Amino acid sequence: MTQPIFSFPGGLHPADHKAESNTAAIVPAPLSARYRVPMRQHAGNPAKPLVLPGEHVLKGQAIGCLDGRISATVHAPTSGRVVGVESYPIPHPSGLTDRCVVIESDGRDEAVPASRLDWRNLAPEAVCEELEDMGLVGLGGAVFPSHIKLEPAAGIETLIINGAECEPWITCDDRLMRERAGEIMAGVEIARHLLGAREVLVGIEDNKPEAIAAMRAACAGTGAKVVVVPTKYPSGGAKQLIELLTGLEIPAGKLSTDIGIQVFNVATSYALWRAAELGEALVSRVVTVTGHVARPGNYEVRVGTPIEELLQLAGGELPGATGQLVGGPLMGFDLEDTRAPVTKGVNCIIVTSDALFPPRPRAMPCIRCGQCALACPVRLQPYEMYLYAKAKDLDKAKAYNLADCIECGCCSYVCPSHIPLVDYYRFAKSELLARGREQRAAETARERHEFRSFRLEREKQEKAERLGKKAGERLEAGAVAADDPEAARKKALLEAAIERAKKAKEAAPPPANTDHLSAAQQAEVDAIEARRAQAGTEQTVADKT
Amino acid sequence: MIMAILVMAGIGLMLGIVLGWAEVRFRVAEDPLVEKIDKILPQTQCGQCGFPGCRPYAEAIAKHEADINLCPPGGEHGVRQLADLLGVEFKPLGAGKEPKPKSVAVIDENTCIGCTLCIQACPVDAIIGASKQMHTIVANACTGCELCLAPCPVDCIHMEVIHESVGNWKWRYPVFPIHEEAKAA
Amino acid sequence: MIGSPFVQREQNSVRRTMIEVMIALIPGTLAHAWFFGPGILVSLLVCGFFALFFEGFALLMRGGAFGTMISDGSALVTAWLFALSVPPLAPWWLYAVGILFAILVAKHLYGGLGQNPFNPAMVGYAVLIVSFPNYMTQWPGPAHLVNHLPSLSEAFDLVFAGQGSVSVDAYTMASPLDTVKTLLRAGVAKRDILGNPVFGRLSGTGLEWVALMYLVGGLYLMARRLITWHVPVAFLAAVIVTSAVLQKIDPGHNMGPVFHLFTASAMLGAFFIATDPVSGCGTPRGKLIFAGLAGFLAIVIRSYGGYPDGVAFAVLIMNVAAPFIDAYTQPRVYGHAKGGKVGR
Repeated sequence: MTQPIFSFPGGLHPADHKAESNTAAIVPAPLSARYRVPMRQHAGNPAKPLVLPGEHVLKGQAIGCLDGRISATVHAPTSGRVVGVESYPIPHPSGLTDRCVVIESDGRDEAVPASRLDWRNLAPEAVCEELEDMGLVGLGGAVFPSHIKLEPAAGIETLIINGAECEPWITCDDRLMRERAGEIMAGVEIARHLLGAREVLVGIEDNKPEAIAAMRAACAGTGAKVVVVPTKYPSGGAKQLIELLTGLEIPAGKLSTDIGIQVFNVATSYALWRAAELGEALVSRVVTVTGHVARPGNYEVRVGTPIEELLQLAGGELPGATGQLVGGPLMGFDLEDTRAPVTKGVNCIIVTSDALFPPRPRAMPCIRCGQCALACPVRLQPYEMYLYAKAKDLDKAKAYNLADCIECGCCSYVCPSHIPLVDYYRFAKSELLARGREQRAAETARERHEFRSFRLEREKQEKAERLGKKAGERLEAGAVAADDPEAARKKALLEAAIERAKKAKEAAPPPANTDHLSAAQQAEVDAIEARRAQAGTEQTVADKT
Repeated sequence: MIMAILVMAGIGLMLGIVLGWAEVRFRVAEDPLVEKIDKILPQTQCGQCGFPGCRPYAEAIAKHEADINLCPPGGEHGVRQLADLLGVEFKPLGAGKEPKPKSVAVIDENTCIGCTLCIQACPVDAIIGASKQMHTIVANACTGCELCLAPCPVDCIHMEVIHESVGNWKWRYPVFPIHEEAKAA
Repeated sequence: MIGSPFVQREQNSVRRTMIEVMIALIPGTLAHAWFFGPGILVSLLVCGFFALFFEGFALLMRGGAFGTMISDGSALVTAWLFALSVPPLAPWWLYAVGILFAILVAKHLYGGLGQNPFNPAMVGYAVLIVSFPNYMTQWPGPAHLVNHLPSLSEAFDLVFAGQGSVSVDAYTMASPLDTVKTLLRAGVAKRDILGNPVFGRLSGTGLEWVALMYLVGGLYLMARRLITWHVPVAFLAAVIVTSAVLQKIDPGHNMGPVFHLFTASAMLGAFFIATDPVSGCGTPRGKLIFAGLAGFLAIVIRSYGGYPDGVAFAVLIMNVAAPFIDAYTQPRVYGHAKGGKVGR
């Protein structure tokens, strides 16, 4: 019963540089003096801070709560005093600052009382509600809130556990699988139970034999199957792994759940086990520190630890270091400030040097050689998209399926002209996104403006009616109004005149060419009349304002 | 001779029928021009174009009574889209119509006297408050039109530029550092 | 600021790509020199010189990073392909005119590297064959069939000083394609034509070896993954099918597939000309259509056209259609259903 292995187009075989950091066991990081915990560590809305400066918090206590549906809880990584809620550099491609809760550690590391979650006997919905408070997010890099992904959905057939870890240099999932395979599989069982999945497939690249052996042993008797996939970047992309293991593609604009598949990273499964079985919120993760450092390896780090401390833990940067990358070299980003804290999404810190990461040569013109198209795992024609993204012709770029680009970087990697293709796509994508946002804002503003005009008109009419009635009464009574009766009378007369004019207009004979209409024509005319009536109200509004 | 005339006339007639049929058969129900123009305008309702709102400006453009380069919030991109739509030449924004950075109005709540004048001025009902009560601005709905600044008798409203944050940050157009070019050349 | 990826494929650049193409052209060039004398080396030198000269001129006029652009090797590849397409031992100004049109007109007037809608070398060739047809038919014959093949120094004389010591008639000979065209037109029976010593086992004597060496170079490019199989396979298949059909229709006047396949220009076209990524198609299906139609047109022009060879014109005609073909042959993107395996 070997699981058939499918393939995906394109891809790369870059030097994997795994050996630097995958030999030593995971080292728990010591307690830091001060943690800065960003409220934005996940996809969706940032969490809302729950604490004020001066408050004392315990390890695992929620310090930020969900804001909207797609959001995640944030917890204190240790016990101590909140000393501020401030803007601080966070690990983000923009290099900008964002809101962080600063906690000064009291050294006692006291945790909130934890209790095991009886996930087997509780209703899945109730379990998800509990997990919502645990701050679980996808630890593979997408940081999508896990409680949403675990919500019982109809027809989840297959649960895929992503242990591919295809990016060069990163080994945190590899070490985790080698050392804590049992816990990972226990977490997988929880996810399988919640989703009601029929089969569980664990995808691991064949360059991690120890991890494969450990996971195979842990899978024995659980019904889960370890599927060894050939080493090829980006096999760890969720879409690519699904394609590798099942031969299926997620239809454009849909989710994997729409074809009955849910994917979790091994580290997320491990965090799920901790949350459900130990009642521990997600406050730490394994981070690979590698590259141009003295002691490359994997460290179990609390969220909020300054990255500079983590680098010290790895023996510090070696002479000739030129910077740091967060994530892998193909999809990661340049870290602007090492004071930034580790977040849930940081899986790897690579210290760069000119020898390890030679600077990108100057870009030459595109010669349409097609290497990028051969490397693209989603069969795009990157050189065409580049042409239009470069010319800022966003609509055309979109027509070449820009939205399907997974930004894996394969095209930029193979480009003989050294064109930073993905940068152009990211630019075009974020412009399109911003344009969509603006258009929605304009639409809202238009609606609000139209409603306001409608409201003003209505108020005016009501006022006029009131006045007209009053004036009429007064005229009937023959009394003389105190406040300028002449004006009110005139206004009422005017209103009455307008009313009469309208009535006369409505009573006017219809146009001559509306006789003997077919049913279709009549329907069309009706629709036009409806539109005209609507436009008419708007027109009068516009006239009077 | 007569034959030739007949043939030519026949061809003409046939083509006429075909064209007439196609005209009816493939007619595209189009938005009126005003709607299309209005869709391009940013709906700030700020009146900087000299018209009382976006729709009146759209109507004026449609009637060729107004130029296409009078809308600063729409920016150059907006003018370009209008030029494309109307098939006219692109024009840079007129003098004194340089687009300002996107901002929202903020009421200094200590100074506000609750006069409701700004509420009446706001074209999108983005100010909440009542007579003799403190007012506040719904930042999400504010278009940054600045129409509320002038009516305020105590000058308690000011514009705050929306700064770049992690939430609204955009990837930049790839630019190569100049020194690298110089080195290569 | 440039983001990820922060790694690139090693030993990978435009210059590297161009050098690989030039390496692939070496066997064919040497075979040419072996059978038809060292004249080809002289014309190659002259063409290379003029190509760099015009390229440098254009780059200086247009501004930008001169050093990187002049050394990218693209002008040399164009010059090399051009030199292999025109007869060696022609006067130097003929090469200068051809290269001028290839580099300045076809390439730089359209925006330089990567922007040319037409294959520059073929534009140069087409200009020459239209403007100077007499020079363009003076191909040297194979060593054993002509009186005297010019030596290297004589070749220099011929190119730079015109006919001095060696007369044209001493070394030139109608090429196989020329022979076919002129004699068939003159009403000579195909049987008798084939008795002409200019024909070898497969195609023209000597030229068939050059064609085989082009094939070797092309296979090298494929092995290096610089070209995909689509263009050569489609081009050669179209050549075979078209010539077979035409021979079937009119065996008395049309040559067979083997003859056409092993003409040097067909092999050069299949592996080096139609594979030009800039002026050709980019999508896999587009490449098949582009090269298939180019091969078909090449044989049709050879059989019915006014010029003996049709590869250049076929490629140029297809260059016009390439963007159009590309637009209609976009591959199915991941997740977009179109007879695909999307969904369960």
